[in-house]
Amino acid sequence: MSATQETVDSVKSGAAGAAKFVDWDSRKFNYFEPKGRKASHYEDVTVDVQPDPKRYLLQDWIISFADGTPTYAENWTQALASDWHRYRSVDQEWEKTHYQRQSTIVGMLQNVINNGRRSGAPTRFDPAWVKILQDHLGAYKHAEFGLGTATMQAQRYGFTQMVNNAILTNSSYKLRFAQDLTLYLSEIGLDIEKFDIDAGKRHWLDDPVWQGTREAVEAIMGATDYLEQYFAVNIVFEPLVGELFRSGFIMRVAAAQNDFITPAVVSAAEGDYERNLANAVELMHMLATDEKHGAHNQKLFGTWLSHHGALANKAAANLQPIWSLPRVKVAQYTDAVAQAHNRLRAIGSEVGIDVRGVIGS
Amino acid sequence: MPDGLTLNKITAQRGISIGEAARRVADLGWTPSYVQEANTFPTDYKIKKVPRDPMKQVLRSYFPMQEEKDNRVYGALDAALRGDMFRNVEPRWIEWMKLFLAIIPFPEISAARSMAMVGRLAPGEELRTGFTMQMVDEFRHSTIQMNLKKWYMENYIDPAGFDITEAAFGKCYATTIGRQFAEGFLTGDAITAANVYLTVVAETAFTNTLFVAMPSEAARNGDYALPTVFLSVQSDESRHIGNGHSMLMSILQDPDNHKLLERDLKYAFWQNHAIVDAAIGTFIEYGTTNRDKKKESYAELWHRWIYEDYYRTYMLPLEKYGIKIHHDDVAHAWDRIVKSNYVHKTAQFFAVGWPVNFWRIEAQTEKDFEWFEHKYPGWYAEFGNFWKWYDKLSHKGSKPILFAEEVGYVYPYRCWSCMVPALIREEFCVGEVDGKLYTYCSEECRWTHTTAFAAEYEGRPTPAMGRFSGRREWETCYDGWNLADCIQDLGFVRSDGKTLIPQPHLRFDDREMWTLDDVRPYTLGSPLEALRKMTPEAREKAIADYRAGFTINAIN
Repeated sequence: MSATQETVDSVKSGAAGAAKFVDWDSRKFNYFEPKGRKASHYEDVTVDVQPDPKRYLLQDWIISFADGTPTYAENWTQALASDWHRYRSVDQEWEKTHYQRQSTIVGMLQNVINNGRRSGAPTRFDPAWVKILQDHLGAYKHAEFGLGTATMQAQRYGFTQMVNNAILTNSSYKLRFAQDLTLYLSEIGLDIEKFDIDAGKRHWLDDPVWQGTREAVEAIMGATDYLEQYFAVNIVFEPLVGELFRSGFIMRVAAAQNDFITPAVVSAAEGDYERNLANAVELMHMLATDEKHGAHNQKLFGTWLSHHGALANKAAANLQPIWSLPRVKVAQYTDAVAQAHNRLRAIGSEVGIDVRGVIGS
Repeated sequence: MPDGLTLNKITAQRGISIGEAARRVADLGWTPSYVQEANTFPTDYKIKKVPRDPMKQVLRSYFPMQEEKDNRVYGALDAALRGDMFRNVEPRWIEWMKLFLAIIPFPEISAARSMAMVGRLAPGEELRTGFTMQMVDEFRHSTIQMNLKKWYMENYIDPAGFDITEAAFGKCYATTIGRQFAEGFLTGDAITAANVYLTVVAETAFTNTLFVAMPSEAARNGDYALPTVFLSVQSDESRHIGNGHSMLMSILQDPDNHKLLERDLKYAFWQNHAIVDAAIGTFIEYGTTNRDKKKESYAELWHRWIYEDYYRTYMLPLEKYGIKIHHDDVAHAWDRIVKSNYVHKTAQFFAVGWPVNFWRIEAQTEKDFEWFEHKYPGWYAEFGNFWKWYDKLSHKGSKPILFAEEVGYVYPYRCWSCMVPALIREEFCVGEVDGKLYTYCSEECRWTHTTAFAAEYEGRPTPAMGRFSGRREWETCYDGWNLADCIQDLGFVRSDGKTLIPQPHLRFDDREMWTLDDVRPYTLGSPLEALRKMTPEAREKAIADYRAGFTINAIN
């Protein structure tokens, strides 16, 4: 038996380190540049899973649409990037962290709702507040659903896995929250006499108070540029309308109406938005400061901001009467709007775009 | 405590039923009136009937259920390490996982993307939650599989190949087959891609061989991680099958859709057979060291999962709706597996191409021969000599088997449709599209390219249907290249700059490992380009010679 054969036979284990030969210790993915010093777990399971002819896709995309558009096309957005692959989501979400977070949220909500109902809390809500929940929170759940379906659509188009997965988790959060509200209202409806669970949709479709919001959401759903959808959801609609209603109204007012459950339910969406916003800002900032295309992108973002900002402003203005409805008035619409505008200013500053055209200086 | 009193009874309170919850959630949608949604991913199908949601699950119960499944998966991976799984794992098996796991995360995430396409097409919102859960499921599958691959890389004796995984996926001649699978899910007609090809055929039929049969073989080779991850993945598939079937039932209601559906079922079934059976059949039959004669062969598994379970109980009932089922294709696929040795010819092709792989392929041995002959009578006469040659030529300094004329193997033409080479030589055929010559593995694949992926089908315009594109024949990319240069360009070289990542053996020893110098004298060529350059007469002869097949020479 040769020496080689002896060595070969001695390797009985398939474990790391059982034999030493070239690259026996090459134990890191080596085909991408990590953002930090070392690749994060998120990067390892995300980067380059969606291929790109500019990187490793030797044979190019091998199926196209009838007009010759390939499986993924850079011109599915008007935004331009020197390198789409630089983007990493700030929340570093992958499946394990996503399920953990979503599961924690629905568990928390079910505890709050079940224990609140068990103690009879919904029956002690102020009657005027009950009608607000029924009509207006009931209407708002459709806005969340619309944003969820828009981002579900948008996650098909991005040029990298990192972009698309950030939009996918955004959609997952939005659709979960739309369902959270739906099921929550249905459940407290069991405890509150004459609670009309269908009223919310009627208000969404017909109440003038909600038509501006519906128009703004439909404009996002109908946009054909996926990045415009992602931008409009997180950079424009959420601060000017979503947060305005959730934080500026529901969460500020509910406790004074004897309601400790609804703010807990809605707070989950605020937590979701912090993450979605961080992811969106990171991407828009990367594009707005792109060495080659930054000026083009800033101009484009200005167009999107102007279009969706006008719709969001109109939506917010239409919502104003809701602030007058609670019996115990503890929040002013003007304060909430001022806070929303501050938020947009901060976002504009982070992204690197001028928001004065939408909210003034 | 009184008899019969339980915590549930104490804490129970009135709630809404599952059906009511699903109904309420489905009512979240509305028909926009200010701005219409653009039909960005069109279909030639007409969908009038609202598809029903058979699962009636809401996200509130979905997320905790999935987290629990994840906890089991990650706990099992930890336990496998504590139990020293890799001391006992079979390297022959793990090496094939370098290929499998390079491919599969992209089809998975493509399925997530395709939910955007069907989500907007389905009238009503009943199935929206089903599509949402599938979207998040596929995100789960893609990243959990990447995690598994990372775990193998960190713990297996030879991490090379895992370490370049996604780069390799973009370049290898074998992974291109997986890309055809994945791009088919999300490109072209939205219903053809995301409903028929993905859910009605790939997920309903072929995930059983992918995610159920293959994990069983992994366990037989000391790999408990793959079954843990993939059976968890498969547990999500029932929801996807429900989505697909519900959409299918909606489409079926309109007789105008029937011709398109027959086209797509034929295309999808045949291409799934050509791709999945080639790859998974090879992993199961050639990646294993377990030669228990009592276990099912891939052919037997196929008969159980595809023929009995899918064809007889899922496809045949569609006939009552007036859909013509392609019985002859199912029979043909079966014959290709049991009579024409499709899987064995694929494994042989992979082995011939070892220098341009990014994993190791070990020779089959006498013990393997006995099992193959038992399960596939006649196997030894056709493949015995080949594997003996392969073993002999596995030593560094030998001629790569691809270039060893004494072996007698003839390198195959690539199928333009399924991307697997035309391995069953007598079925090889050619066709023309827009005046250009193409090669195919079978009449069915020729039909797919020339008839199905076209601007009209049986006189009906099909403007939404996709087209084949790109440099589909991998060999074209390296036509006339020196083999060593090709391997360097692929990036399939270890960090010393000379030792190849692929090796035709499992000898973990530098002295036995091939380097670029060992493969430098050889030049690659494109069979298709060569065929196109021939005169009509020479081409006719070349096709006839190819169809006549080859014989592996006896080895002394």
